[in-house]
Amino acid sequence: MAKEEKDPHEHKEQQKNPLAISRRTFLKGVGTTAIATSITIAPLPLPSAADAAPPPARREAWIQLTVNDTVHRLKVKSHWTLLEVLRKQAGLTGTKKFCDRGSCGACTVIVDGRAVYACSFLAIAADNRKVLTIEGLLQGGKLHPIQEAFLEHDGLQCGFCTPGQIMSVKALLDKNPRPSADEIKEGLSGNVCRCSAYPKILKSALAAARRG
Amino acid sequence: MKPFDYYTVTSVAQAVSLLSKHRHKAAVLAGGSDLLAMMKDRLEGPKLKLPAALIDIKGIKELSYIKEQKNGVRIGAGTVLADIASSELIAKRYPLLHQAAGQLGVPQIRNVGTLGGNLCQRPRCWYFRGKSFANCFRKGGGTCYAPGGENRYHAVFGGSNCYIVHPSDLAPALIALDARVEIASPKGSRMVPLEKFYVGPDKNILGETILGPQELLAAVEIPAPAAASRGAYLKLKERQAFDFAIVSVAVNLSVAGGSVGQARIAFGGLAPVPLRAVKAEAGLKGKALKDAIAAACKAAAEGAEPLSQNGYKVDAARGVLEEALLSLA
Repeated sequence: MAKEEKDPHEHKEQQKNPLAISRRTFLKGVGTTAIATSITIAPLPLPSAADAAPPPARREAWIQLTVNDTVHRLKVKSHWTLLEVLRKQAGLTGTKKFCDRGSCGACTVIVDGRAVYACSFLAIAADNRKVLTIEGLLQGGKLHPIQEAFLEHDGLQCGFCTPGQIMSVKALLDKNPRPSADEIKEGLSGNVCRCSAYPKILKSALAAARRG
Repeated sequence: MKPFDYYTVTSVAQAVSLLSKHRHKAAVLAGGSDLLAMMKDRLEGPKLKLPAALIDIKGIKELSYIKEQKNGVRIGAGTVLADIASSELIAKRYPLLHQAAGQLGVPQIRNVGTLGGNLCQRPRCWYFRGKSFANCFRKGGGTCYAPGGENRYHAVFGGSNCYIVHPSDLAPALIALDARVEIASPKGSRMVPLEKFYVGPDKNILGETILGPQELLAAVEIPAPAAASRGAYLKLKERQAFDFAIVSVAVNLSVAGGSVGQARIAFGGLAPVPLRAVKAEAGLKGKALKDAIAAACKAAAEGAEPLSQNGYKVDAARGVLEEALLSLA
């Protein structure tokens, strides 16, 4: 492949993974042989009339996914989850895979403003949606106030569940900037911490709400 | 997951047309919390096959709404659970449904899970869910592992050959509210009382509802609350966060002049279907609520047939009903 200029806006993982294509790489790549052989431009689906014949079956599709304000155009299989695509294609491994059954919360991301389990969301169904992952909380290289609060109050032990916990806190505070302790417990009820750092997670979330 | 054909539909007509084409080979995908987990587990049995096609109904706008109408409220089956839990209209008119919606799952589940998905979810029985138990009746096999096995969460009513319990929180709540469901098919739609939507293992061992392979649950209609009605939904769980009910109870009463007029009570977690407590209801009608609670709770537990480890559920059922009735007295 022709050597490309390094783009500071590209994620490192993304550059390592030839399957990860952001809008930027996609546009740059068009015309270079190595990429052109592996990409065909799929037509965008046309809106169909309500009673028209259903669209055909798809085993794979091009999707457009906005992750942390970067537009990615990705070719995904119908049975791939958003979690797999975020980690393997977009190279964003901050979102963790653990139970992979929608029970533990390690894979929590925010899709169109709502916290969801990325392991239980088909990537193909995420076409044209906006996703916020833990990587997107970084603002100009600075940690987000919620991340600062978790550091300051030791809201973790092994740290594996932390990205999911923080995304749940983010989704909660976006809706309810001054939650009570009970509201935080409810907001984080879908995130398991096997180290049982719950009291400090709660303390961190309360502190994050105060910093707001 | 095993690969499958993925369809996105934008109307009920498209959905039922695809369903009638693929029948048992297709599954309806809404929130996916239950379905995708079963597919990842590759849950199969003699008559339970992994779907070869998924019909994604999230794009059907006409299925997502909460509408006030002349005789009550109508909720589209595609309405997301978080929107039901946070609906002011529901909270005001049907507090017990509001309570049930707020107690099920967790934010991540309620944000994607739908009304229809909650009502049509598959049972949690660990033999049904366990890959090693392929001979389970509910997968088309020839046995039930629960009576001779680990059965502390299994049915105490209506088991006979299969001892699953219905896991939905909204089903008992909506049955207590006398809701009806609209079922769409290529031939049109039909309305059925939600209570009749569910069938026990004696009628259908492979599924929990009367829904045919070409049919789609389209909406739920709740009649307007009776004058002076009050309701409560209580759920007993082992964990306080994120758990299915050991026993749950939905109570919907109208009280006038100090005595109970109408009473509808439905339990979750006790039987393969959401269970109406008809004897307990009869015991309340026409009586002063406080005086009738003890007898109603006794009547609710009559006829229970516990297995070796789940006798406590009978006491638990009496207990949650008593607490729910006391909260309304």
